[in-house]
Amino acid sequence: MNKILLIIRREYMTRVKKRSFIVMTILGPLLMAAIVIVPVYIATMSNELKTLSVIDETGFFFGKFKDSESIRFHYLVSDIGSAKASFTKSGDYALLYIPKTELTLPTSAVLYSKSQVNMNVKSYIKNVMGKRVEELKLEAKIKDLKLSDDAKLTTDDILRSIKASVDISTIKIGAEGKEEKSYPEVSMILGMFSGILIYFFIFLFGSQVMRGVIEEKTNRIIEVIISSVKPFQLMMGKITGIGLVGLTQFLLWVILTGTIVTIGISSFSSKIKPGAATEQLMQSQAKGMTAMQLPNAADSTKVTGEQSNEVINAIESIDFPVMIGMFLFFFLFGYLLYAALFAAVGSAVDSEADTQQFMLPLTVPLILSIVMAQYVIQEPQGPVAFWFSIIPLTSPVIMMIRIPFGVPYPQIILSMTLLVGGFLGATWLAAKIYRTGILMYGKKVSYKELWKWLKYKS
Amino acid sequence: MDLFIAKNVTKTFAQHKALDKVDINVPEGSIFGLLGPNGAGKTTFIRIVNRILAPDDGELFFRGHPLTPSDIFNIGYLPEERGLYKKMKVGEQALYLTQLKGLSRHDALGKLHYWFEKFEINAWWNRKVEELSKGMQQKVQFIITIIHEPKMLIFDEPFSGFDPINVNLLKEEILELRKKGSTIIFSTHNMASVEELCDNIALINNARKILDGKVWEIKKTYKTNTFEVRFTKFDGDTRSFLSPSFEVLEQTTENEHFKVKIRIPADANPNDLIRQMLPHVMIQSVNEIIPSMNDIFIRTVTSQHPDPSTSSSEKI
Repeated sequence: MNKILLIIRREYMTRVKKRSFIVMTILGPLLMAAIVIVPVYIATMSNELKTLSVIDETGFFFGKFKDSESIRFHYLVSDIGSAKASFTKSGDYALLYIPKTELTLPTSAVLYSKSQVNMNVKSYIKNVMGKRVEELKLEAKIKDLKLSDDAKLTTDDILRSIKASVDISTIKIGAEGKEEKSYPEVSMILGMFSGILIYFFIFLFGSQVMRGVIEEKTNRIIEVIISSVKPFQLMMGKITGIGLVGLTQFLLWVILTGTIVTIGISSFSSKIKPGAATEQLMQSQAKGMTAMQLPNAADSTKVTGEQSNEVINAIESIDFPVMIGMFLFFFLFGYLLYAALFAAVGSAVDSEADTQQFMLPLTVPLILSIVMAQYVIQEPQGPVAFWFSIIPLTSPVIMMIRIPFGVPYPQIILSMTLLVGGFLGATWLAAKIYRTGILMYGKKVSYKELWKWLKYKS
Repeated sequence: MDLFIAKNVTKTFAQHKALDKVDINVPEGSIFGLLGPNGAGKTTFIRIVNRILAPDDGELFFRGHPLTPSDIFNIGYLPEERGLYKKMKVGEQALYLTQLKGLSRHDALGKLHYWFEKFEINAWWNRKVEELSKGMQQKVQFIITIIHEPKMLIFDEPFSGFDPINVNLLKEEILELRKKGSTIIFSTHNMASVEELCDNIALINNARKILDGKVWEIKKTYKTNTFEVRFTKFDGDTRSFLSPSFEVLEQTTENEHFKVKIRIPADANPNDLIRQMLPHVMIQSVNEIIPSMNDIFIRTVTSQHPDPSTSSSEKI
């Protein structure tokens, strides 16, 4: 046990002290922050006025949507069919349709638009509707309370009982009146971002494991070490050490990016006007990132920009503790699964140039995950998304893309179980190949040969 | 008493038999030479001793009990192919490898400083390994091998890549280690160093042990009762006065000095030879020709080779 810690420590320290690690740690956040800040800054330059038509069949929301500098609301009294027809010809930005409900209070609305509806508009509507529904619920509750003399209810109970969430679906209307469902931006951005991050980290640190194994083998230092520790200890020590390097890099990126973005945004947040659509979206992205990575940051970010309350509400609708937990889980186990296989490949070859033939089965599922990402985003609950998020080799990337859209718990649990199983299987397999491979020199190894190694007794 | 005993050790890789029923006994406190041509199975044997490989068959005993993983701490191993992490600092790396052997950080540091001082490489402590010459790296590795003062040390070609000064330094250290009670197994092709250092040897060829024993006993068995006599004051053939059973192998003349190599019969002794020569020549010296380990090595190995019936199944 002590020896494995020594190995982990060496693998970790030698890498963290490398100049390339330090450079990457500083450059990464600068780059990411630039991607976030620059568009926000550009967006503060333009401030376009948007007009929204509202058809409120329920009548609850008349006059509740207030005009701001960038959004105008006007209420239509017509049926939705003709409104849609005239909307396509008008210069209006979007059409909000709140269908009539029987008995219950309205909890859903449809937003028709010609282009992607921006985040801020949508969350403003959601917020206003939510508040209105809560008001209505409260009125009803007070009436109830007056009728009965149930005094046991506390304020908390009442507040909880009136909590309302409104679901707004967005539909894009093409010029010919063709309708197409659009996707929730925050989920999409988060999903893609985490999926690509996992892909990137697996590749980056997995191949570091492989290179490390090849280094020890070509160095022949392996013979010295293997007379002191078991091959399995050495392999797991290396994988763990490099995995910790990955986590360190990731956490440093998160903290640095969060800091730079927060400072960057707050330095010119005074210029941001309420309702200025793009910048708010961008800001939401920035907040989303910090909020995702540092749960506590959500509180502090509220202070930095009051105007973005609506956006934060939208962000908060995503369950961040779950999101972070899932990210770490799929990140770690995805890495562990691949790292074990990368270690096996490294042990089977004499130099990096020989890795080609064994790398293929590892890179194909990873690249396939990224290729499939766009289909998954379009249909997060479809069969393609389902299967790819269940199979262990593709699940780390694909499941992360799906999670912000909401995945049923049984599926998540199935995927996690299979991933852990996949990791154990891969480690078992890799340990067998590794044990034989690290001491085998000057032999061009084939798949047939690997199969033989698997069957060797220890 | 034997510190290490290998009985009937057999190891096969796919179709290739690397070791075939090898028995080796290493006496405690000796320097034991493990000899054999390239590909004979020496490295495989050493790896089995180190428990890097498991034998297919056979038993290994260390200090009287079957070899267990915990015995590895008492075995130091310097592999033939030497390597260190190139990008790591020398001191850091030595410390890491020493700690891996189970020494505490404190003990490891103390001992490393002692040896670095002794080998005069203290100045290299904070340098990267890639900046060191090959010989330097080997010194570092030698230190790492012996640092935990194991009961048994295995050196695979320890002198390759060293200059004569450092070869001497290393030889002295090896002798010193034996004096302190270590037993040393030492695999090499360098027969001169075998004669100089080894007490016992085993010769492996084609996966089989073909010769073993004490160095002087082996030499005794291999000597052919041949003597070299140098003399002056004679001109002609020594065969003219020697009895026919004394076989003259070689005669050379250089200025006034003469040299003959004579093989005498098994029942004769050098005195008989001298007695026969005295009346005719003035003897300067008489020496028995003792075969060098080099000769024995070549003779045993080559006499084995042209034997296709035993080696047909072996593809090297």
